[in-house]
Amino acid sequence: MTQSPTGITGFGAYIPRLRLSRKAMAAALDWLDPNLAAQGKGERAVANWDEDSLTMAVEAARDLLAARALSPDRLVFASTTLPFQDRSNAGLIIDALGLDGGTRPADATGSLRAGTSALLSALEQTGTSLLTAADRRLARPGSVQDFTYGHGAAAVTVGSGPGVIAEFLGGHSIFRDLVDHYRAAGEAADYVLEERWARDEGYLKIVPVAVKGALSKAGISADQVDHFILPGTMAKIQATLAAKLGMRPDSVVDPLAGTVGDTGAAHALLMLADILGRTQPGRVILLVGYGQGADAILLRTTKALADFIPATGVAGWLSRRQAEDRYLKHMSFSGMVDIHFGMRAEHDKRTAHTVAYRKRDMVNGLTGGRCGSCGCVQFPRTRACVNPACGAIDTQTPVRLADEAAVVKTFTEDWLGFTPCPPLAYGNVQFANGANVMMEFTDIQAGQLSVGLPVRLVFRLKDDDEKRGFRRYFWKATPQGGA
Amino acid sequence: MAKGIRDKVAIIGMGCSRFGERWDAGPDDLMLEAFQECIKDAGIDKSDIQAGWMGVFFDEQSVGKSALPLSMALRLPNIPVTRVENLCATGTEALRGAVYAVAAGACDIAIAMGVEKLKDTGFGGLPERTKGTFEDLWLPQNTAPGGFAQLGAAYAARTRTDMADLKRAMAHISVKSHANGALNPKAHLRNPITEQQVLDARMVAYPLGLFDCAGVSDGAACAIVTTPEIARSLGKHNPVTVKALQLAPSNGVELAHGSWDGSYTLTTRIAAKRAYEEAGIQDPRAELSLIEVHDCFSVTELVVMEDLGLSPEGGAVRDVMDGFFDRDGKIPCQIDGGLKCFGHPIGATGLRMVYEIYLQLQGRAGERQLPDPRLGLTHNLGGLPNRNITSVAIIGRLEG
Repeated sequence: MTQSPTGITGFGAYIPRLRLSRKAMAAALDWLDPNLAAQGKGERAVANWDEDSLTMAVEAARDLLAARALSPDRLVFASTTLPFQDRSNAGLIIDALGLDGGTRPADATGSLRAGTSALLSALEQTGTSLLTAADRRLARPGSVQDFTYGHGAAAVTVGSGPGVIAEFLGGHSIFRDLVDHYRAAGEAADYVLEERWARDEGYLKIVPVAVKGALSKAGISADQVDHFILPGTMAKIQATLAAKLGMRPDSVVDPLAGTVGDTGAAHALLMLADILGRTQPGRVILLVGYGQGADAILLRTTKALADFIPATGVAGWLSRRQAEDRYLKHMSFSGMVDIHFGMRAEHDKRTAHTVAYRKRDMVNGLTGGRCGSCGCVQFPRTRACVNPACGAIDTQTPVRLADEAAVVKTFTEDWLGFTPCPPLAYGNVQFANGANVMMEFTDIQAGQLSVGLPVRLVFRLKDDDEKRGFRRYFWKATPQGGA
Repeated sequence: MAKGIRDKVAIIGMGCSRFGERWDAGPDDLMLEAFQECIKDAGIDKSDIQAGWMGVFFDEQSVGKSALPLSMALRLPNIPVTRVENLCATGTEALRGAVYAVAAGACDIAIAMGVEKLKDTGFGGLPERTKGTFEDLWLPQNTAPGGFAQLGAAYAARTRTDMADLKRAMAHISVKSHANGALNPKAHLRNPITEQQVLDARMVAYPLGLFDCAGVSDGAACAIVTTPEIARSLGKHNPVTVKALQLAPSNGVELAHGSWDGSYTLTTRIAAKRAYEEAGIQDPRAELSLIEVHDCFSVTELVVMEDLGLSPEGGAVRDVMDGFFDRDGKIPCQIDGGLKCFGHPIGATGLRMVYEIYLQLQGRAGERQLPDPRLGLTHNLGGLPNRNITSVAIIGRLEG
């Protein structure tokens, strides 16, 4: 062990609250293919209409950060479902997290391995990285993938020193252009080939090469691996590979297939966050990412692991759950059916980008102002203080509201206004520091809102400008902790 | 020290179109309809009018920008016309322009016209609109009912009123307005309803059901104003005069300062206080004969009774249930049906309210005439509870 080890220094996760029943999905499709009943087990995590890979990545990073201040050298966002092809997605995450301007953003994409490849790169670099990974992969209704995919995100920080909770022991990466599935640019869903071929010629031949390479570099034998992490929803694929490679049967980590589904580029890191949240110091973790080749990364947890606790963690997100059995709702959220929302949905959502740029810290980071003269905290931040007893000019300094305690002051559930998931709920939110913002509520159940209800703030999609292919984000309030 | 507008300006003619879903009429037709009644009532010639103010809110929806639509619709003789817009206070704002011009001596006779053509959108409810380039980036794309609905839970929380009791008081308000509207031949909605119907109606924006919401209507209303001296010279004895005309826009306190609890309308309190001072009213609950308030939603009517100083704090539910604001109560409210049933063509609404007070003060309100009213108040609340413009006008008669 080196004096100043490099490795993982923190972890976080995010699993959206809606969990779609696969039994309900199969029941809706029994006319199409009665054999889909075999897929009707457990549930999968589905994003709310206002969540995409970017918003989920922000939540995973916030889960990691909790209240910790951090200024990483790099912020990497790995996903195969980046909302923008040309606009720094990672940069928007930096803004949403309120990190200072010194962090360099990078998007990593192009393969389901994007998450593990970015992690390997970060581990091999000097300096500190905040790595986020998230996917909201869409699948055609009736496809097996619509059953097996899940939506979610994970985050890890990489660095060196005493804060390392899982030391990097070695890694190996190989590339093979084996196209068992692909998604061409501009396509909504994957094109997927026969599973037997993908398993026999892909997983079973390619993963061992990467794993053996990593074990050899780290000087670790297969039976020393305590936790074998490999995403994938093929039956028994993890156990088969563990046996083939000589790993103990109990090393196989649950791929969360029955509770979350396969979260794409995020999944290896989501499983890692799950294990880090429940393992002990001194355990060897083998983390494998698969997709046109494979990455294998070996880590050993340290004593510092016990000191790191994410805000909610995988177990917490799994229990923050709302059962959903309406497949049609999921299809509408995915854009796979074109639901009639009435003429109010035609409202033009054109963005004045000049304004969005001027106000970017307020909109992206929910940053208001604190008057240096009277102390009044207000949103938006303006040149003239809103306090009627003050009114001082040019006295306000930025103050971030996104992590402040807040309660519902007023609310309504509006069945007239357009939203992809009626009712449109909104109201005034009172912050503990005195600020007041009228904003949307999200992830609520009918009748859940009440005056005084504690809420937390989440970064969400505000609206989609389908005419111009742009999407806007802003912060919304959601009941604290509640399902 | 300014003395205010009290008794400096007389209203010598008013007109109001039939309100409703006027599939038959455009905004020009509606303005002409109101004007024909108004000019006949004033007993003057069109060429006697020296300046005009036109109010319309959704200009994009109907008439387009500028004051041209009024000048063109009435074929005015190229007199100056100003177009004004101040959300739901637009109609009163048009009247304010005309009244101030006469009071200033800039002209002898002026016209104020308010118009709105809402039913050309193809869908129910008010049209969608942008809130501003920055506001669209963060404010919810709320609707009008959703904006005002929030008063409900906040009022219930502040006054510790059970929501079921608040809902019943709100229902009483709507039942009363429908009963009043049934007696008004120009009203949009003329069907009496029951409390149970209100409580059973589908939810629009919690806690507002369908019958807690005002009608979305087309219509126009106008007034011709002059000095009391000229009014008398035209044979108008004891002319109807403006006692107060106040306007209070928000400055951001409700939106961004934590001091507002969301349960009342701050600008109403400010405008009402100023208006009572301007009119010389000491005790509005005792002195006012009738009121027309901005009942865009039942809950708005309820909370503004306290904001106008007519009900004690937390006492609006009791007053409403006691029938204090019913047609046979101490201060009849919305005797013409209000926004709820006369209708709410936004730009016309403020002038429609003054029209009703004007008729009532002269004993010309037909089947709905109240016995001997002396002093009436009108109130508009434009915008949402957290960002709005209130206008308050007080109208009476001038002896002599």
